[in-house]
This record gives sequence, C-alpha cells and structure tokens, in this order.
Amino acid sequence: MRRTFSWFYLAIAFGFIYLPVGALVLFSFQEGGLPVPPFNGPSLKWYGEILSDRDVTSALFHSLLVAIGSSVIAVTLGFFAAYGLARYVLPGSAFIRALLVAPLTVSYLIVGLGLLIVLTNTGVGLSLITASIGHVVINLPLAFAIIYASMGAQHENAERAARDLGANETQVILLVTAPMLSPAIAAAFFLSITLSWDEFIIAFLLTRFDITLPVEIWSMLRSGLSPSLNAIGSVVFLISVAVLLLLEFTVLRRQK
Amino acid sequence: MNSDNVKWGWGFVTPALIWTIAFFIVPFAVMVAMSFANLEGRSLTWGFHLDNYEELATRAYLKRAVLVSLEITLTVTLVSIVLAYPLAAIIAFRVPLRWQRLVLLLAILPFWTSYVVRSYAWLLVLAREGLINQALLEFGIISDPLTLANTRFATVTGFVHFFVMLLTLTIYANLKQLSPNYRLAAMDLGANPFQTFRYVIMPLTLPGIVTGAFLTFVLCIGDYVTPQILGGNNELTIPQVIMVQLGRRADFPLASALALVMMGMVTLAYLAAARWLRIDRV
Repeated sequence: MRRTFSWFYLAIAFGFIYLPVGALVLFSFQEGGLPVPPFNGPSLKWYGEILSDRDVTSALFHSLLVAIGSSVIAVTLGFFAAYGLARYVLPGSAFIRALLVAPLTVSYLIVGLGLLIVLTNTGVGLSLITASIGHVVINLPLAFAIIYASMGAQHENAERAARDLGANETQVILLVTAPMLSPAIAAAFFLSITLSWDEFIIAFLLTRFDITLPVEIWSMLRSGLSPSLNAIGSVVFLISVAVLLLLEFTVLRRQK
Repeated sequence: MNSDNVKWGWGFVTPALIWTIAFFIVPFAVMVAMSFANLEGRSLTWGFHLDNYEELATRAYLKRAVLVSLEITLTVTLVSIVLAYPLAAIIAFRVPLRWQRLVLLLAILPFWTSYVVRSYAWLLVLAREGLINQALLEFGIISDPLTLANTRFATVTGFVHFFVMLLTLTIYANLKQLSPNYRLAAMDLGANPFQTFRYVIMPLTLPGIVTGAFLTFVLCIGDYVTPQILGGNNELTIPQVIMVQLGRRADFPLASALALVMMGMVTLAYLAAARWLRIDRV
C-alpha cells in the first residue's frame, strides 16, 4: 500500500514537472498557427521560420557572445583571486573573500538596477558590453567560490616542487596549478555559460539595440502564444541540456 | 612571509577586487544614495530626502505590492517544501540505488529550460484555450473555460514548478547524508514509519530545509519574469512595480527605495532562518 502510494506520487510529480516542457516541445511541431490542442502536426515549419528570422538568429549569436565573453572574464578573474587568496597570506583576507562573494546575496534585479543608474548618469550607452559587465558581476563570485574551494593544500606541494626545479611564478600557474585545477575551472566556466546564456533581467535592463535571446523571446511574447516561440524554447532547452550532459560526462565523471 | 610575497598576492587579487568594487559596490552605493534623492518632474536633487520612503508608507498600491510579494513568496515557499520533501524521500529511500542518479537527473532536467520560456510554457497549459481547459471541456467536466492564466494561482504554479525541482535536489542531498543507522535504530526501538519520520528524520534534515526555504524566499521575492508573464496586471509584486517605475516614469529614486525595501525583507528572512536554526540545534 505504501509502496503503491510512493510510485503514484512519483508519477504525479513527474507529470507536474514535465507538463509544461511537454506542451512546449509537442506544440513546437504544430502545423497550425496556435500552439494549443488539438495537435495537428507534426511539422517542422516553425523551426524553419525561426532559423530564417534574422532577429532570432542575431539574438542567438549575441547571447553566445555575451555568455562566452563574460564567462571567460569571470573565470579568469575568479581563478587569479582564488590563487592569490589561497597561496598568499594577505591582511584582511576574510574581508576580501566576503567582498568578492557579496553580489551573490542580492537579486539580479538589484545588480542590474545599480548598474543602470550609474550608466545613465555617466552617459555610457547601453550595449552588449554593458550586459556582459553585469553578467561578470554575477558569475565572478560563483567562479571564485568554486575554484577557491578546490584549491586544497595538496596542490601546494606540486607548486613548491616546480619552484624548486626553477619554474617562475607564471610557469607555476600556467603549467602546474591551472592543469591540476582544470575540473573546477571547467565546472565554473560551464556554470557561468549556462547562467549568462539564460539570464534575462540584467540583459533586459542593460542592452538597447543589440539584444540577447531571452530579451528577444520576451519581446516576442507580447504578441501572445505562437508555435515559433515553442520552437525557440525547445531549441534553447536542447542546448542547455547538451551543455549539462557534456559537463556530466566529461568533467564530473573524471573527478570520481 | 616577506613583503614581496604580499605584493604578488595583491597582484592576483586586485583585478577581481576592482571589478567587484567598480561594478557592484559603487553602483549599489549610488542606488542607496538615489533612494534618498528627490525627483520633481524631470529634475533630480541629490541629498537626504525621505520622500520616497514616505511615498512607500502612504501610497496604497505600493503597500499592496509589498503585501502581495510577501504573500506569494510565503505561499510558494511552503507549498514547494511540502511537495518536494516526499518526492526527494521517495527517490532517496524507495527508488533502487542504481537508478537514483538517473531519476534525480530526470526530475530536475526541466530546471534547465530557459527562464523566460518556462513561464511561457505554463501559459500553454493554463491559457483559456490551453491544455487544461481543453482537456476539461473535452471530458465534459466544465462547460466554460476556467480563468487560470493571469491570476495569482498561475504565478504560484509557475514558481512552485521551479522550486520543487530545486528543493528536491537539495533535500535529496540532505537525506542521503543521513546515516541509515538512525532510521534502523528508530525502527528497532519500535517507532512506526510516521514516528521515525516525525521525530528522527525530519529534525535531522531541518537545517537543510530551512536553508532551502531561505533560498526559495530570496529567489522568489526578487523575480520579475514569472509574475509578469503568468500573473498579469491585476496585482503587482515589488519587482513589477520597480520595472513600472523604471519604464514609464523613469523614477529611479522610487525604484531604488523599493529595491532596498525588498533587500530589507530578504535580510529579515535571513535573520529568521538563522535564529530558527540556532534554537533548533540547542
């Protein structure tokens, strides 16, 4: 009886979790112009539609640009800060760590609002660059925390050995520390990419003419339900899942 | 430790520090200052004015937004925990060990649907001509479509969907950390499954639950997208009112004051969570 209840609950929960995603993907193959029952597909015409829509493809390109650019900066800055704090005794290091992770404690809306106020008051125009700056602000604390957490003392011996053998600081970092920490660096990088790629509110506040994909989807939403939105949503979902599986089967698998 | 070493250390830390100060600390400080500025028509006067906060305390629609945000967030937090706990427990204790990782992965896969798209997907389900209404009409359960979208119910549903996945993950991790000996000992001592859960498992996982509840509170109260897409314009949450101030009226001072009130609510939630955890540990 309790066993039956367990499986019943599991089935209901999965139904609830997959209901919207199922509707999204199913009706992206709709033949007609409304993504609601009855289903009259399957048809790939809406996928063709979005692939030939210049606004959508350029927004997709912008999103990739912002995601990769901001992640590279966030992970680089985060890596060096983690290295500096883990390997050197600095005065006030607890305070510095707190400062570096502080952006995690406020909502994205507040990060975006603060930057927007400063930018409009200094006359700096909004662009993909300003949106990337905002994305670095939210991803840097995560990248720092992930990399810092994996900078255990066990790596320090290898670094000391390298120094004894005549390596300079640059060589130690590039040839010893970075390769040893590659799982953490990759995890931080992929996490940053998925967060930035999907981020809406900061990108919405800090871009103007060139916009990212979530902002483009937002503006398409104003005209109501449409199978082309289903198609875009399905594609974005597929890309996120692909990145996730890549992470699962490369980085995390190797760590075990 | 010599001074040369410290110099190297600062060299590594400084770039990240400068970025955080320039693009987070300074903008935040400016936002705080902005909340005390005064906007008359189009002209902005910096200084220490309390006009924005007075407006917050007196204008009915602003007070209402604070209340609506609080009600929605608390409902979402409570419902999500109540729904996620059994799911996490079933995966942790009922599903065979070798399938657990896969089942968990599948249970949180839709978590990775795009943020904006996820709310849109619920619109497909809840709209007047959407899945649920069509199904109910088809089976003759109702004769007129129900109004499900553009309601608080829709907002809460969209949020709960997201947070059930998040909390299932965190609660599962929590349950797996418990040694199975606790459960076995309780059973040996004659506790039935309900008592085992109520007096052994739940108290032991409470810190994890409270942490998850806090995370839910923070993410839920600051979200603009879900209430905007699913809740419509009948009642506005704080983030929605902030966006209205920014968009239509370019009223940065009032928007900043609202943002700070929102932060204050998060801080209170944090203090409550911290206090609850400490009392329970004693």
